[in-house]
Amino acid sequence: MPVMTYRDALRAAMAEEMERDEQVVLLGEDIGVYGGTHLVTNGLIDQFGPRRVIDTPISENGFTGAAIGMAMAGMRPIVEMMTWNFSFQAADQIIQNAAKIHYFSGGQVHVPLVIRGPNGGGVQLSAQHTHSLEGFYGHFPGLKVVSPVTPEDVKGMMLASIRDPDPVIFLEAGALYGTKGDVPEGDYTVEFGKARIAREGSDVTLVAYGRQVNMLLRVADDLDKEGVQAEVIDLRSIRPFDTETIITSVKKTNRAVVVQEQWRWFSVASEVAALIQEHAFDYLDAPVERVSGAEVPAPYARNLEVAGFPSEEQILEAVRRVLYQESR
Amino acid sequence: MATTKRTARRGKTGNDAGTDSRKEPQVQLETEELISLYQKMVEIRLFEDACQRGFRQGKIGGYLHLYIGQEAVATGFLESHRSGDRIITAYRDHAHALLLGATPRQIMAELYGKGTGLVKGKGGSMHLFDAENDFYGGYGIVGGHIPLGVGMAFAAAYNKEDSIVQLYLGDGAINNGAFHEAANLSGLWGQDGLNPCLWILENNQYGMGTSVERATANTNLASKFDAYGIEHEQVDGMDVVAVIESARRASERVRESGTPFAVEALTYRIVPHGAADFLERYRTKEEVKKWRERDPIGLLEQRLEDAGVEEIAIAKIREEKQDIVADAVKFAEESPVPELSELTTDVYASEMHVADAG
Ligand SMILES: Cc1ncc(C[n+]2csc(CCOP(=O)(O)OP(=O)(O)O)c2C)c(N)n1
Ligand SMILES: [Mg+2]
Repeated sequence: MPVMTYRDALRAAMAEEMERDEQVVLLGEDIGVYGGTHLVTNGLIDQFGPRRVIDTPISENGFTGAAIGMAMAGMRPIVEMMTWNFSFQAADQIIQNAAKIHYFSGGQVHVPLVIRGPNGGGVQLSAQHTHSLEGFYGHFPGLKVVSPVTPEDVKGMMLASIRDPDPVIFLEAGALYGTKGDVPEGDYTVEFGKARIAREGSDVTLVAYGRQVNMLLRVADDLDKEGVQAEVIDLRSIRPFDTETIITSVKKTNRAVVVQEQWRWFSVASEVAALIQEHAFDYLDAPVERVSGAEVPAPYARNLEVAGFPSEEQILEAVRRVLYQESR
Repeated sequence: MATTKRTARRGKTGNDAGTDSRKEPQVQLETEELISLYQKMVEIRLFEDACQRGFRQGKIGGYLHLYIGQEAVATGFLESHRSGDRIITAYRDHAHALLLGATPRQIMAELYGKGTGLVKGKGGSMHLFDAENDFYGGYGIVGGHIPLGVGMAFAAAYNKEDSIVQLYLGDGAINNGAFHEAANLSGLWGQDGLNPCLWILENNQYGMGTSVERATANTNLASKFDAYGIEHEQVDGMDVVAVIESARRASERVRESGTPFAVEALTYRIVPHGAADFLERYRTKEEVKKWRERDPIGLLEQRLEDAGVEEIAIAKIREEKQDIVADAVKFAEESPVPELSELTTDVYASEMHVADAG
């Protein structure tokens, strides 16, 4: 299998599907001539031309709505949000139209649309440019929400997203664009709603999605040295959601820690904790722990920012609490 | 390559270096006034050169957007600022804060993420605020701040403050829905004298890598205000004296009438969009060079020389400003980072503490 970066896997998936299906077009700010602010679409305008790689003005509400219209009329647009922070301007179109048209048209019209872009904190981007929106978009029935972390999943889930008949919110781990991994060639898709066991273990279940998965793998290595075997689950998809994989794991380990960068209140981790107590209450040996971002808008100063994001120490502390070990 | 073809298609405004709006201003400024303007503009330029260095050294993080090439616009308009007039802009905001009275030390410390910063290290480059000096930010979402300016103008009229708002926005922001809704409100409320808002459209030819021509079919940006009943004019944004002439007239008119007025300043961002951007495939070196010849600081130097100010006096100003900037950098470097307890302060204005939420 070729080794590719997260970024190149994204581009490869989109380019392959554009070759196969000319209804697939890209829209977004500076995705063409400029090459994409994160270079995800770099070169695609040369390959497919400006009719299919459409540079838009800074009109998120307008071009996202227009993409919904294209999808309703038979096309398969992929919208790039330069970053998901700008999607609030398009939220009316995404939530009020994309998510609901199939339902309120009584199933007559559907919206095969992908909206993609980097999500989550960067380095010192501060309050208006730091959001993790899985919980936010995951809240709305009618949307599918995915958050891949490996280049392999990026390709497989992007192809699945483009072919999906429903609107897909494709939340990329912007911080991982440069990370590498094996990526299957050709027509490779990953089914939505199937979590991935990133590491097997028997003592505690650690759950995350996006870049926090990599953090959990590092924590699991540390725990290994202490003789604790952690099972790491990568959710991959927020909606649909794979309850079964989590419950099976918790029945085995009897303990769970859920980690996310987003705020804790009304979040994915809260949902996971609720599902575990509904389906595996009798198996739990400790309350489910949630490790989340600090309940504040993101600060600029690096020391404050670091203190506001979930850390490996916080995760280790949470693991020790569910294992009833002394904290260090 | 398609890229080159499309870049070459850039139309008039990108290449003519602002010629359309250029005519010799009528306003007569004393030599002292010219010197004072020069001091301000040089301070901004040298300050931002230091920002760029700090960014390259990794001492400034996040997004950093420099105003290099556009100094005459804010300098010229804020010359008409009267205490109490509220100022609001987007993320390219260092000059505005400096001109309104925030010190180079406070701003540099902010960019360095220090507790002594203008907003305690919480906002960074994009979110400078200095309410005491009438500066209401500093915003990162394109278009997002525009309705706020209109609302502040309403409040000023409602409370009979005799103050106005200077609302700055970019050529890219004008294609954002927020602009159109806010401009409509401003025109509407202005009919009743309830919107003393001076709209300052900083047309620096590009929104990131997208030229005006590639972003809208009607490239006469000032004319967009026609749709909302707001009168407007264009000004050469590279010539601070021309800007002052327009600014004085426009501010007076807005202040007296309580109705909005818009000025499109034709200017140019000489530097890349953000300090981290290096690919400039969207414009040619020749184009940048052409605009550099009309660098606002260079043009002002020309005026100073014409007024008989000696080169040595000009050089001395630069030296003085260099010292001030060096002092600001030193202050920023030596300042402590914010206390960790600051993470959770300022979330609410009321007594509610974040812990009450979780
Ligand atoms: C809603 C939104 N979309 C996209 C961005 C990313 N972005 C930041 S600045 C910018 C260009 C804005 O251009 P303009 O209004 O002309 O201001 P300038 O940068 O030229 O000063 C873009 C697209 C953003 N910050 N907000
Ligand atoms: Mg611009």
